[in-house]
Amino acid sequence: MTPENVKKTARTSGGLPGGGGKMRLRGLLRKEFLQILRDPSSIAIAFLMPVLLLLLFGYGVSLNAKHVPLGIVVDNPNADTSSFIGSFRQSSYFSPVVMPGMRQAVTAMESGDIEGILHLREDFSRQLRGPEGAPIQVIVDGTDANNARQISGYVQDAWSKWLGLRSIARGSAMNNIPVQTEQRIWFNSELRSRDFLVPGLIAVIMTLIGALLTAMVMAREWERGTMEALLATPVEKREILLGKIIPYFTLGLGGMTLSVTMSFFLFRVPLIGSLFVLFVAASLFLFASLGMGLLISIISKNQFVAGQVAIIVTFLPAFILSGFIFDIRSMPLPIRFVTHLIAASYFVAILQTVFLAGDIWQVILPNALALVIMSAIFLGISTRKFRKRLE
Amino acid sequence: MPGPGQSMHTVATEDSVIILEGVSKYFVTGKRKIAALQNVDMFVRRGIITGLIGPDGAGKTTLMRMSTGLLAPDAGKITILGIDATSDSLLMEASIGYMPQRFGLYEDLTVMENMKLYADLHEVPEELRPPRFEELLHMTGLGPFISRLAGRLSGGMKQKLGLACTLVRPPQLLLLDEPTVGVDPVSRRELWSIVYRLVREEGMSVLLSTAYLDEAERCNDVILFHEGRLLGQGPPESFSEPMQGHTYSVSVPGMKNRVLQGDLLRCPDVTDAVVQGDRVRLVMEGTVPPEPAALLPSAKNMSLTPVRPRFEDAFISILRRSRPVSLKTADEGIVTAAHTGTSDDHIIEVKNVQRKFGDFYAVKRITFSVKKGEVFGLLGANGAGKSTTFRMLCGLLPPSAGNLSVAGVDLRKAPAAARAHIGYMSQKFSLYGNLSVRENLRFFGSTYGLSGRTLRENIQWALERFDLGDHEEITSAELPLGHKQRLAMACALMHNPDILFLDEPTSGVDPIARREFWHRINTLAERGVTVMVTTHFMEEAEYCDSLAVMSAGEILALGTPAEIKAKAVSADLPEPTMEDAFISLISDNAPAQKTS
Repeated sequence: MTPENVKKTARTSGGLPGGGGKMRLRGLLRKEFLQILRDPSSIAIAFLMPVLLLLLFGYGVSLNAKHVPLGIVVDNPNADTSSFIGSFRQSSYFSPVVMPGMRQAVTAMESGDIEGILHLREDFSRQLRGPEGAPIQVIVDGTDANNARQISGYVQDAWSKWLGLRSIARGSAMNNIPVQTEQRIWFNSELRSRDFLVPGLIAVIMTLIGALLTAMVMAREWERGTMEALLATPVEKREILLGKIIPYFTLGLGGMTLSVTMSFFLFRVPLIGSLFVLFVAASLFLFASLGMGLLISIISKNQFVAGQVAIIVTFLPAFILSGFIFDIRSMPLPIRFVTHLIAASYFVAILQTVFLAGDIWQVILPNALALVIMSAIFLGISTRKFRKRLE
Repeated sequence: MPGPGQSMHTVATEDSVIILEGVSKYFVTGKRKIAALQNVDMFVRRGIITGLIGPDGAGKTTLMRMSTGLLAPDAGKITILGIDATSDSLLMEASIGYMPQRFGLYEDLTVMENMKLYADLHEVPEELRPPRFEELLHMTGLGPFISRLAGRLSGGMKQKLGLACTLVRPPQLLLLDEPTVGVDPVSRRELWSIVYRLVREEGMSVLLSTAYLDEAERCNDVILFHEGRLLGQGPPESFSEPMQGHTYSVSVPGMKNRVLQGDLLRCPDVTDAVVQGDRVRLVMEGTVPPEPAALLPSAKNMSLTPVRPRFEDAFISILRRSRPVSLKTADEGIVTAAHTGTSDDHIIEVKNVQRKFGDFYAVKRITFSVKKGEVFGLLGANGAGKSTTFRMLCGLLPPSAGNLSVAGVDLRKAPAAARAHIGYMSQKFSLYGNLSVRENLRFFGSTYGLSGRTLRENIQWALERFDLGDHEEITSAELPLGHKQRLAMACALMHNPDILFLDEPTSGVDPIARREFWHRINTLAERGVTVMVTTHFMEEAEYCDSLAVMSAGEILALGTPAEIKAKAVSADLPEPTMEDAFISLISDNAPAQKTS
């Protein structure tokens, strides 16, 4: 056979546009799904980790104080003090424990049995009737600064409410009634931290599947030498990339479905916006994550390095800088600028809006646009950088 | 001496499936630019088996990868089947089959799933698959294992599956990168018969690379590479023919072959001396038959008979022109101090030792003992249990059952105490790549508690004894493989151990470095150091005083090389080689192993 003939045969058998590529892609997809099913670590990252994270954040982590054990020391019990203490008993924020004296209260605080002390002094009733009003002493365990701030806030709140109620009840000095501030909380009316943590967590979970898992399985192919064999076949680079994107996209949406189901049915997080918007946004975010995962594995080609890099540049930022736990608006300016480079921050914004406020297009559209741009950049660079070569 | 192979070197013709013209390829590591291939002109003819022969670092894999379009040359042109491999690689890849060194199998896919995947990638139409699969499964003997995961196959079976996957669509050109390395001799023979059949029945052209020099003689055409340069091309005979009249077989009654070999190598005009079976193979520089008395005056009754030259003789003689063998042994070594010669004391005792990993027995009830000052070899293919046995002996891995004692210390009770007596050189050499030669020596010396003057003296000794003085400030990652091996051995000897464990020490290094290496081992053994070595090179077994032949975790035979070979003597094989012996041992034990 002359070289010309060889060329022709090769072309007719290999270069069928469309038809031939489909068979190759089908083969790659089947391979990838079989590998996912048989590799316990893929299943662990795609399904076990999300469930664990959801349970942990859904049940374990709560950013609002509830039933805080509060020691109450009353030096001179009388009608005024019992009325004030009574107002605490009705609050769901506190579990008041009446202590015989300051010494016992301090010991209990040191051993961690109570998280704060409310001290009503000897002259409580006398001062209450004076022009200054009675002072109350609040001592708070400052180990957890956030918690401490909340406890003292609640106590102050309870104090001013009681004062207000008392003056109404006594009917005296009607003109002296302090202005009542009435709080109304929007978008998370029950102020449950779970309701904004769980939707944000979905972004973390999707990062895990989209970036970390994808980077690792791609790097594994380089490490085990299977990529070399793959590249030496007539497969096209587009097919290799699609052969990774499609399975892990599907897996990512699977993780998404699992997370949304769990947050809705298990954690009773309200879903005010539409499911459709949620999944479109998730798809956009997955493309950006997959793009980053592919790019990482193309650069490092080593499972360990790819895994570490993926955790540092995708997973941790999704956790810390996405607005999932810490509010972006309260971050210092340079850090706030960094959050714009993190795909998860756009997705978290969409997630929290769709879950808690509904389909607010002014929020959803700009964030979705950012995700589209990031997907295009990362997938574009990956496609450009991925060569059918070993160097 | 005429240049071997050069006479046959003709120009590339229309009938060439691979043509390389002025091809160079460089890799950059750190600040250094290493030439993997330098200005190579060569061609591979259609319809025959061409062997790409050379030690590690010769450029074989680079050449293979460039021929598949996986690497682009820095200079020159590569034409595969009339197609430019660099610019038109997708078109070219449709007509070739390539099996990389690690076979490219998906370990969590079954045999059949792997074959289906490659059939999809090569776009084999559905209707053509059943007959082709059947044919390949029959050819490779994998029929009974189609639903087994590839990761659960033995090394030899993986190799055959890798081959089957590259053959799902019959390629015109088959490229096999070191398909036989580390695979047991039985599987090696089977692979060769498959390749012969492909060439004969399907008219395939095959380019096969190997580091085993004896495989050169199985090829129709040989391309010899060393350190990125083409040394010659031609049929294997064209290499060995010019060596006619240079080769002899020598033996001296009452003299150990190892000693005889060492003495011969130091004689003038000797190109090569190597232990081969019960005799020593001698290659002379000239064609004048040497006078036994003149050669070695001390040796009495030397028998010297001319023998047919082989490929390896030619390779050594070509290499020798550019690089002399270094055989520094006469100087006083630190190692001599604590040891006296051979004795009958057993320094290593292994009784009924087992090692389980999960429900898999890597080592099954093995028993053997090693005498002081002996060179003891563990021979077997990858996965036979050699490395596991080794790690148990070094106290790195506790046995699941049985007793182990090394230098009189029970390893189950005091592994640390036993470890002070041993030096261990692992398969991958375990050097710190970013430390210099001197820093590596200092580090390994200090881990064994050396310090101050002793440490300085031992470093100096190692640099001199192992010819590393010129390289002492170079980081070990930048050293050539042969130097790395010397450095690793020097590190293992820094604390003057009684026993030296060497795990696959010669794998991949060139034949000259191997000779130097065995020479050092012999010297150590003469001075009373016990040496345990694992190898999958059958011919290296001849250097050992005693051998354990291992397969699938069991010891198939135990004894001197001569005793083991004697077991394979039959009417057809009056003088079996170590490989013949190994194959006959495996086939005798095969039914027993399958039932267990």
